[in-house]
Amino acid sequence: MQAVPTLEALMLGKLDWSAIPFDQPIPLIAGGVVLVAILAVLIWVVVKGHLPYLWHEWITSVDHKRIGVMYILLASVMLLRGGSDAIMMRIQQAIAYQSQGYLPPEHYNQIFSAHGTIMIFFVAMPFVIGLMNLVVPLQLGVRDVAFPTLNSVGFWLTATGALLVNLSLVIGEFARTGWLAFPPLSELSYSPGVGVDYYAWSLQISGVGTLVAGINLVTTVLKLRTKGMNYLRMPMFCWTTLASNLLIVAAFPILTATLAMLLLDRYLGFHFFTNEAGGNVMMFMNLIWAWGHPEVYILVLPAFGIFSEVVSTFSGKALFGYRSMVLATMAICVISFMVWLHHFFTMGAGPDVNAIFGIASMIIAVPTGVKIYNWLFTMYGGRIRFATPMLWAVGFMVTFIIGGLTGVLVAVPPADFMLHNSMFLVAHFHNVIIGGVLFGAFAGFEYWFPKAFGFRLDERWGKLAFWFTFTGFWITFVPLYAAGMLGMTRRLQHYNVAEWRPWMIVAAIGMAVLSIGVICQIMQLVVSIRNREALRDRTGDPWDGRSLEWATSSPPPVFNFAFHPDVRGEDAYWDMKIAAQQQSLEHDVPEYQDIEMPRNSPTGFVCAFFATIMGFALIWHIWWMVILGGIGAFATFVVFAWRDHDEYVIPAAEVAAIDRVNLEERRSLVSMAGAI
Amino acid sequence: MSMTATAGRAHADPHHIGLVIEHPGPAPKRTVTAYGFWVFLLSDIVMFSCFFAAYAVLVNQTADGPKGSEIFEQRNVAIETVCLLLSSFTCGMASIAADVRNRFWFYLGMAVTCVLGLIFLAIEFREFADLVSRGYGPSRSAFLSAFFSLVGCHGLHVSAGVLWLLTMMAQVFAKGFRADVLRRMMCFALFWHALDIIWVGVFSVVYLLGGGA
Repeated sequence: MQAVPTLEALMLGKLDWSAIPFDQPIPLIAGGVVLVAILAVLIWVVVKGHLPYLWHEWITSVDHKRIGVMYILLASVMLLRGGSDAIMMRIQQAIAYQSQGYLPPEHYNQIFSAHGTIMIFFVAMPFVIGLMNLVVPLQLGVRDVAFPTLNSVGFWLTATGALLVNLSLVIGEFARTGWLAFPPLSELSYSPGVGVDYYAWSLQISGVGTLVAGINLVTTVLKLRTKGMNYLRMPMFCWTTLASNLLIVAAFPILTATLAMLLLDRYLGFHFFTNEAGGNVMMFMNLIWAWGHPEVYILVLPAFGIFSEVVSTFSGKALFGYRSMVLATMAICVISFMVWLHHFFTMGAGPDVNAIFGIASMIIAVPTGVKIYNWLFTMYGGRIRFATPMLWAVGFMVTFIIGGLTGVLVAVPPADFMLHNSMFLVAHFHNVIIGGVLFGAFAGFEYWFPKAFGFRLDERWGKLAFWFTFTGFWITFVPLYAAGMLGMTRRLQHYNVAEWRPWMIVAAIGMAVLSIGVICQIMQLVVSIRNREALRDRTGDPWDGRSLEWATSSPPPVFNFAFHPDVRGEDAYWDMKIAAQQQSLEHDVPEYQDIEMPRNSPTGFVCAFFATIMGFALIWHIWWMVILGGIGAFATFVVFAWRDHDEYVIPAAEVAAIDRVNLEERRSLVSMAGAI
Repeated sequence: MSMTATAGRAHADPHHIGLVIEHPGPAPKRTVTAYGFWVFLLSDIVMFSCFFAAYAVLVNQTADGPKGSEIFEQRNVAIETVCLLLSSFTCGMASIAADVRNRFWFYLGMAVTCVLGLIFLAIEFREFADLVSRGYGPSRSAFLSAFFSLVGCHGLHVSAGVLWLLTMMAQVFAKGFRADVLRRMMCFALFWHALDIIWVGVFSVVYLLGGGA
């Protein structure tokens, strides 16, 4: 018998006042504070009259540099959110010995799920995609990415996903299933609330954004390169970007399909992963990790690219073994699809299968080792400058090697049977993700900040941030290795084993040190913005760089380059500088031409607005709103497709005026260097 | 020569491996758009391959419900296949018409494509409705879940394609054969043909292999 739905159920679906957690002070107060902060910022923006500027210059911008900066801003804000979750977990485990601690189990479970989801999808992903967006077109010597408006759509859809995850803090709940929502726990019978729906829909929406970014960057690297930029002359960061985005294109559809199946199970009673009617839970494990393992390399390959640029620049040498580095990158790209089973050795695949995947997992460490040696040999015999980006790079090498070694350890199936799902594993993947991806993101942030904004970051605060983060990291995670060896499993809300306690307390202290590092990073930004005139970089080349992004001014003009640079070898800009010194600076006036650039468009923002409505409505079963959101999104695209002018022209005279200023600054720099 | 315009040291062949072909510079817009769309299609095919894989895993998990051979009607599937393959041909005709800027043949080709697509969808919808009414809906067994998802996912793509097709016709009507409209038409044609290829997979894996056993 079917009950006739009430008007309220039709209008609001599952949503009612019980969705607001009045009985849980922590999320309520946290949500309230964030809400007030957002409102305050909005009011400040409107009152100060910054809204038109923000709308025209940022929100509707299709400039790859601006979109890159917005990605990084999103990632930084989400890093604070995910970091707060981490602090709460460390405090809970430090005090929850033979007691309940201060977080009830259902809340604690939401926190570790949200921490993982946010850190991977809304910190690491947008951070590396932001850096790739910002830098790759500049390094390739072109004026924009392949699809500028789509780029904006991709960013705003990612932001939609982040918004929905954070909305779950105050309206409803988040998943309690861990960051990959394994069934049958994530099925409707065990997770009847909206938590898993928040998880799945926010990842579906941001997943579309990521796929769009991936397609865009693959096409950019393969089809938009300046004259003479042959594949084997591309900077290493472009190569790792290519590999990483090929992985996005090949792996993210798997995530989309898998989550779609889970959602069909939950919404329409399908039986993909249920215990009944022939559903197969192991299929979820295989599918999700067929995406999940490449994802690890999607994140870390761009970081490898950043370190390659940084190590070579600050050693004053060309990258050692460039071609072996390219080969290693592409080898990782391929092998990353052949190791997924090592995430569930214990789940009954049998000794033969386990052995094959164990060996494959050890093999993938080989190209990574090649890279480490290449960086070391690049430094060998170089004149090394230990500026902040270089500190992060060296810190990375030390940290990542240890993390990699513990990884090879758990790649041995018998060892994995002991360590599976233990704190040892938690320590291992934090060791590689923080030591690899986060250190890489910070190195890239410090390295390219002057390019994006035209002034350098304060070195003193930057170095403090590095040392606190580096030390804090080790104090936090070495105890977790130890606790894992003592048999402590992951995701424990409380425990009764006395031997684990001291390690948990040390880890909490480490977390405090790590937090000081984060505060230093924020201080660095504040201090640098305040002293921006003193830190101004007028040359566009503050680090004595080697690739083309340093050949234009900081910040670059909207068109990046007045002329498409003509590349004749690796380290294109380094060659230009040498040539300019040897040829005693010719001063003929180049013939400037008009430049056509894509117009700004609110398509991305409007599309994300409707996607937010649609996602929220899907989570709460508000079907009329789903239809409304869908129609709105379609209408947005039609309006975009109907516009008549998608480009505007920058006249040659304006290009000339902008370019001359930069040329003058640069000539004086080169002549100074020549005099020495 | 300005120094930002040229990289000075002329070492075209730093590793002495012989001939180096200089990259000519950024590709034209048409090439870039088509290339990007191809990359998208590849990603879409990856997504389909997951549904194919799920179907292969679950095909025998009938939970005492019907097997494929008991519910598939080969005659309907044959008509569906003919419709879709023919529509690919008419879509190709519309593409040629767009390239030679012939509105009449463009509209005709697109309209026939649309009708064939709608017939395909109608048959599929009838098949689904019939199965559900007999109690063989997607929640009956894991096999039926996988079947409905794989075939339905293709059906959703065709529906989206029909919507795109109509938008495309409206756009040619309003804007004519502009360069950007032609680029979109090229992408649409690629999309429609890709759906055909996927249908060949669905037809073979689901209906041919499952129908006989």
